[in-house]
Amino acid sequence: MRINVEVKNLSVQYKEFKALNNVNVTLESGKIYGLIGRNGAGKTSLLSLLASYRKPSSGFITINGESLFENEEWMPKVSFVHYTDYKDEHDTAKVYLELAERYRSTFDREYAEQLATVFKLALDKPIRKLSTGMQSVLNVIIGLASRSPITIFDEAYQGMDAPTREIFYKEVLEDQARFPRIIILSTHLVSEMEYLFDKVLMIHKGELVVHEPIDRLLQKGFSITGTADKVDQAVNGLQKLSEQKLGGTKSVMVYEELPEQKVEDIQQLGLEVEQVSLHDLFIQLTSDKEEGSK
Amino acid sequence: MKVELSKSFDNKKPIFLQIKERIADQIINNQLKEHDQIPSTNQLVQFYKVNHLTVAKGITLLVEDEIIYKKRGVGMFVSEGAKEKLILQRREGFAEEFVLPMLEEAKKLRLTDDEIHKLMKEWKGRVKDED
Repeated sequence: MRINVEVKNLSVQYKEFKALNNVNVTLESGKIYGLIGRNGAGKTSLLSLLASYRKPSSGFITINGESLFENEEWMPKVSFVHYTDYKDEHDTAKVYLELAERYRSTFDREYAEQLATVFKLALDKPIRKLSTGMQSVLNVIIGLASRSPITIFDEAYQGMDAPTREIFYKEVLEDQARFPRIIILSTHLVSEMEYLFDKVLMIHKGELVVHEPIDRLLQKGFSITGTADKVDQAVNGLQKLSEQKLGGTKSVMVYEELPEQKVEDIQQLGLEVEQVSLHDLFIQLTSDKEEGSK
Repeated sequence: MKVELSKSFDNKKPIFLQIKERIADQIINNQLKEHDQIPSTNQLVQFYKVNHLTVAKGITLLVEDEIIYKKRGVGMFVSEGAKEKLILQRREGFAEEFVLPMLEEAKKLRLTDDEIHKLMKEWKGRVKDED
């Protein structure tokens, strides 16, 4: 099912604190969105609204034109995978899969069991006795096998070791290719997960500061390094994100799409032009200092 | 023969160009022969841990250059004459990409032309023959 989610002028206010400020974004099936932001930036607020867990203070979300909030048709079609406290859960993972199968029309039990085998999840143990990583695996399995048109993984990797996370990423890519849906990956593991993203949603202090296809975003980050005076000459008029100096050498990170000719001109000055990783762009675009100066 | 399995990329060059070169290398090294199927976008994404938009961009370049061709619903394959075409393309860039940086470095080290020639002769013996 092809769907289109429109987030319009969305704001959330908790007493004095503005958790989200006028967020506008469109989400469409077949895309994986990487939601990144520092702690408290507003990621979970946005996700809770998408999952109808709370009501916006102003603005709205529509799904194929209908309002999403407490929409009986759509609510069961959103899967929100997040950390869950299972310390009192005596039921087994198997019971959870049975429940998921009963309540989610698109749930694929066979796929869930395949995943349990791949992830080596013990289906017959009480969930409270599983490690945190394995409890997260159970959540992820339900999230993937539900094949919901909107699937949200909010730091769903809690406690998973690196090989287990690799399996998670691989399954996200493969199952998304088979059953395209809207997938949102909210994460702090930016470098590790960036290859999964189609689009990057970067939230800073409640505002959506980046909403762009990842390749376009990465084409805007450059670092220019060399003799200080030449670097200054090269970056004149460009938007600077940060600079570092070491003796007579200077390195400046700029945030601007540079045409090939411009890159060549800079290289002609004897300077090195390098692409900046999403990880570094993220740190600079959400740093607390004043906005980049012209 | 050296198998190109290095996964790390150089951040001085756009990654999509490097993806294109990795595939081109495999064709030049005979790891992929005419009409062989090349790995799918998804396999390349998972192997190199590079975004599929980036992989797709690299592949598009190879398709445009007619180095590979797509068969709808089946996959992508190496075109006839792809290897020769790639070799010709690379020759054009050889001077700029390899000779020029060498001469620049040689200048910094104050090596004379004769010394450079001598080094080239000495080192030629160490180049491994193809298979």
